[in-house]
Amino acid sequence: MHTDKQLFDRKSQVFLLVLAVVTVAVLGLNILVPEGSALHVSTYTVTLLGKYLTFALLAIAVDLVWGYMGILSLGHGAFFALGGYAMGMYLMRQIGDRGVYGDPILPDFMVFLDWKELPWFWQGFDMFWFAMIMVVLVPGILAFVFGWLAFRSRVTGVYLSIITQAMTYALMLAFYRNEMGFGGNNGLTDFKDILGFSLQSNSTRLTLFALSAVFLALGYIACRYIVTSKLGRVCMAIRDSEDRTRFIGYRVDKVKLWVFVFSAALAGIAGALYVPQVGIINPNEFSPLNSIELVVWVAIGGRATLYGAVIGAVAVNYAKSYFTVAMPEVWLFALGGLFVLGTLYLPKGIAGLMNRKEAVA
Amino acid sequence: MSISIPSYLDSIRHRDRVFDFMAPQAGDRLEIKNGCMLYVEDVSVSFDGFKAINNLNLYIDEGELRCIIGPNGAGKTTMMDIITGKTKPDTGSAYFGQKINLLEMSEPEIAQAGIGRKFQKPTVFEEQSVFDNLELAMAGPRGVLPTLFSKLNGEQNDHIEQVMVQIGLQDHSMARSGALSHGQKQWLEIGMLLMQNPKLLLVDEPVAGMTHQEMDRTAELLTSLAGKHSVIVVEHDMDFVRSIAKKVTVLHQGSVLAEGSMDQIQSDARVKEVYLGE
Repeated sequence: MHTDKQLFDRKSQVFLLVLAVVTVAVLGLNILVPEGSALHVSTYTVTLLGKYLTFALLAIAVDLVWGYMGILSLGHGAFFALGGYAMGMYLMRQIGDRGVYGDPILPDFMVFLDWKELPWFWQGFDMFWFAMIMVVLVPGILAFVFGWLAFRSRVTGVYLSIITQAMTYALMLAFYRNEMGFGGNNGLTDFKDILGFSLQSNSTRLTLFALSAVFLALGYIACRYIVTSKLGRVCMAIRDSEDRTRFIGYRVDKVKLWVFVFSAALAGIAGALYVPQVGIINPNEFSPLNSIELVVWVAIGGRATLYGAVIGAVAVNYAKSYFTVAMPEVWLFALGGLFVLGTLYLPKGIAGLMNRKEAVA
Repeated sequence: MSISIPSYLDSIRHRDRVFDFMAPQAGDRLEIKNGCMLYVEDVSVSFDGFKAINNLNLYIDEGELRCIIGPNGAGKTTMMDIITGKTKPDTGSAYFGQKINLLEMSEPEIAQAGIGRKFQKPTVFEEQSVFDNLELAMAGPRGVLPTLFSKLNGEQNDHIEQVMVQIGLQDHSMARSGALSHGQKQWLEIGMLLMQNPKLLLVDEPVAGMTHQEMDRTAELLTSLAGKHSVIVVEHDMDFVRSIAKKVTVLHQGSVLAEGSMDQIQSDARVKEVYLGE
């Protein structure tokens, strides 16, 4: 085995190249090929692909903590949703007086609830830069507080998985409540524009797709930087033998905490890119099922490879889009079946399959 | 636990000793023996009523190689757990040098203060190469950011190469350490200890499951370490102990039964009775 210390190893080069080619090709086929042609990629499809890319970024964040550090987080959907809500709040404030009730400041649901003024936590979200800081800060702070308590008390393994699951469930219940001030079960929707560009327009949608690809590439490179550094090797040491790592002098709790916080922030960015593309954020995003599903993406794609997480996220979501249209009642069984078969026959996921082919050749 | 009133009154008469935390960290008698590396005094610990360690006293000198033997359940591993911070004793004190109170420190702090430990079951980071295992163990900053931006310089590289030669794994530098033989893993673990550059090494059963040749090499390795480092070796294999030890401590039921040279130990009637079974 040769050690993985190069930031841009061959697989990363291939991955980034494929990502770039696909992004440019999709944009080109949308803009240059006339509608009606067989090769034309509709804006609907571009947005769908953009959504997959944000899921891929989320999957990378999960792979970083699970694949490389052994923390099976079943609550990463919460960080994704919080990033999404921060973006959603900005988009709500951008609606201004174009809402149904025409209030220049208050979003529609607040007028409906007969609120007279904007709650304190909605202040500042009319400014894009502030919202973007919150996209990273809010999931980061939640991860910090949660991780600080959990890792310091040496909560590991299945116990940690269960409390992360409880965390996202609790957040879901909280966000369902109208008094929380986040639109209750309807969530935030009816967005009009972002930075003055209409969310319905073709060019905005293409730009959001391209930005998702760029952030996926940047997220990949950042995670690659971490896992190829000595810190990455400490993470793997923690994954394989936590006690031993402690006995050679590493503060395991701190390493776990900071990598977890970084991963949560990355998930928040993915959520912020997701919301303007799908046009809605509601408490269902906190649903425990979502967090479990995204662990399945990583498991099927292949853990501890990063690019495997991307493959898994795109493949499973493509299958989901297909099944939920063709045979909606089958999807959950298919997902469960995929997870079981993947664990049994592809313990290293699709990425492992590719590596095996390479080793044989 | 109840405090008898006369002794309590007696204790508060000493104005400088009213509060435990105000007493100087290192007691008077610690300063008598200079050159002493480790003090374990009056330590007791029990698990569910079972006294694993019972009034244990142990002193290790600088540069000494000490072998600790004892039947199963004598408390050898528990003693190591206490020194490395894994287990907190019920009573007693453990000092590293004159000033460092081991009982107030966490495992990583103790490791960074200069106590290294090799476990009974070889635990190396199996997914990583021999070189990376040694690099991880290398003394140096352990913080998150310094580790993230850490780059090996030539000197550190040489140090790793040199330790690989010392433990005989120079040809396996890039091998996955999980693929090493049992003996090689044991050496790699000793190598990791060396990279930490500790002042005190705790080595738990270094030759378990080794061939005779491997044992000889290990004996050589450990004796070469003594002098530069203090070494405590816990071992069952009497031949091996005889081949390396100058001074041997026998543990029995959580306390020291006998201490002395191998010959003295072997002629001790109580030791024969409980351990050698003669």
